[in-house]
Amino acid sequence: MSEPYLRDLETFGGPATAEAPEWLEPLRRAARERFARTGFPSAREEEWRFTPVTPIAQGPWQPAPAGEPEAGARPVAREDLAPFVFGHSEWCTLVFVNGEYTRELSSPGALPEGVLVTTLGEALRNGGDLLPRHLGQYASIEESPFTALNTAFLREGGLIHVAAGIDLAVPVNLVYVTTADAAGTVTHPRNLIVLERNARASVVESYVTLAPGARYWTNPVTEVRTGPNSWMEHTRIQRESEAAYHVATTQVEVHRDSHYRSFAMAMGAALARHNLSVRLADQYSEALLYGLYLTHGEQLADTHSTIYHDHPNCHSWEVYKGILDGRSRAVFNGKVIVLPEAQKTDAKQTNRNLVLSDFAKVDTKPQLEIFADDVKCTHGATVGRLDEKALFYARSRGVPARAAERLLTYAFAAEVIEEVALEPVRQELDRLVLERLGE
Amino acid sequence: MLLEIKDLRASAGGKEILKGITLTVNAGEVHAVMGPNGSGKSTLAQVLAGHPAYEVTGGSITYDGKDLLDLEPEVRAQAGVFLAFQYPVEIPGVTNAYFLRAAYNELRKARGEEEVDSMDFLDLLEERLKVVEWGPEIIQRPVNAGFSGGEKKRNEILQLAVLDPRLAILDETDSGLDIDALRTVAAGVNRLRRPDNAFIVITHYQRLLNYIVPDFVHVLSDGRVVMSGGKDLALELEARGYEWVDAQAEALAK
Repeated sequence: MSEPYLRDLETFGGPATAEAPEWLEPLRRAARERFARTGFPSAREEEWRFTPVTPIAQGPWQPAPAGEPEAGARPVAREDLAPFVFGHSEWCTLVFVNGEYTRELSSPGALPEGVLVTTLGEALRNGGDLLPRHLGQYASIEESPFTALNTAFLREGGLIHVAAGIDLAVPVNLVYVTTADAAGTVTHPRNLIVLERNARASVVESYVTLAPGARYWTNPVTEVRTGPNSWMEHTRIQRESEAAYHVATTQVEVHRDSHYRSFAMAMGAALARHNLSVRLADQYSEALLYGLYLTHGEQLADTHSTIYHDHPNCHSWEVYKGILDGRSRAVFNGKVIVLPEAQKTDAKQTNRNLVLSDFAKVDTKPQLEIFADDVKCTHGATVGRLDEKALFYARSRGVPARAAERLLTYAFAAEVIEEVALEPVRQELDRLVLERLGE
Repeated sequence: MLLEIKDLRASAGGKEILKGITLTVNAGEVHAVMGPNGSGKSTLAQVLAGHPAYEVTGGSITYDGKDLLDLEPEVRAQAGVFLAFQYPVEIPGVTNAYFLRAAYNELRKARGEEEVDSMDFLDLLEERLKVVEWGPEIIQRPVNAGFSGGEKKRNEILQLAVLDPRLAILDETDSGLDIDALRTVAAGVNRLRRPDNAFIVITHYQRLLNYIVPDFVHVLSDGRVVMSGGKDLALELEARGYEWVDAQAEALAK
């Protein structure tokens, strides 16, 4: 199944290594070898039981076209990106078109001293010890064949480093946009975000398209490390083409006394999978993981999250909500692993699904593995319809039935969206939900 | 007349609950509907608002010259019928302001009027908050979510004040209220009384009627109006208890 890919791996290995630093080659080689051994996951594997990746495995996928757009195609203009910058073009925005960093469309933003925002490609050329110290340290090639592939092909992406004690007042927005030129291609964006001690940052990752019907595949991996006493909000918005495939991995390591919060919105792609893994790597750290998936038609949205409580006195709070219409499907698998030494762990996980059609389907599975005895861990999952009582309540106030359904559906989503700290992003998420609900 | 209920029969889940109710309400009047638990008071309220769980099996309701039973719940609201719920529903995720503006604009649209934007609506809302003696912080809280029992009832009266119906039905608005909250809610209702609107106040206890003084009192028992009278009837009922009513009802049935 993986053979076409292995051929690509061979050819890809040549020119890319020529300009890559020496330390990277063993990492890439290990990833290549790892993928050659495992291939794509099969539906027989528990982790992929509900999410068949056959269409991805069968490909074929070309590398995305680099440089100038094809003859006749219009280059991407700033106006085209207006819907993806939250009305704040002054934010530090890195734009990648079909995987390639595009300087003309990006904005450096007014960054404080001690903050580095650059591209992976640039950083690989420039050297320094940031990449060798962190790249590949958090996202393990052993954990997923998709991470192995990404690592084998890694070349471009966003790199953010916030030095100790710095508050990155301006959000950083990483925008991955796919155009019609990139139909039939795959990109492997690779992001690395490192916050040192006492640092603070808001980062948004957007995966969007200007070609709503295009079939392509995005395979991003994002690694995050937050140092002691840091604060980070990490938002990801997935609005790929509804014919595209999106398999993403986010791996986060949170250190002592740190606060990490994420919000993941998934509303695009034919098949979307997000592996989110957060390791609470020292005491008194906390992770707040929120998510919303909106599916319709034949879409499939899959979230697999894992929270590792490795140390005592950590807190995790996870709320994912889904709204499903048409014949769409959602998968939610939430693992919480509490090691024996992680006493006084406080972990709560909730997955709530609102099903708007008779044909939509949800597979939700909480998975708590608790090896400590003095902990507070709870989970809950629901799959349901709109509340009849609430519908009647709204109608009794004069709101017509269809509008009442929309209002309550919006309310269901808004309850989790309001957890986003960054107001312009929150407003945009609100708008996206209302737009999807046909307001 | 504003409302004419004639021999109304309704059932839920195959069980007949209203067994022939007749009641006439004119503009400018306040009618109290009393009765023991299970007598059909709340069912009457729900049927007036158009709750789909109740099936009307006989009789008629004419509101403002129209057949009310023909109208969807939202159309009834647009025509000026309002039910203050006994158990107001929580809607986490939307604020009071958002919800009320949505409702308010639907009523305006139905009257062929322009919708109001959120700034203008906030002005109106802040004005109307005075009716229930509430500060502005309430309007940004999600609808009834995490409200105390008393706050929920007060919120119903706030909605009433904003939507300004011609016929308001208060379904046990007094239940779960302490005396201060009861006074506030009753004072709010009294402020909203006008010659061109009417109230049906449903209550188990006479207490509320000390504050909202009715023009007429009707007593329900087993799905029928067994007694009607002036405001003194409520006092008599309080003194004699519902056993007295049941005895009257039995006499009536014979």
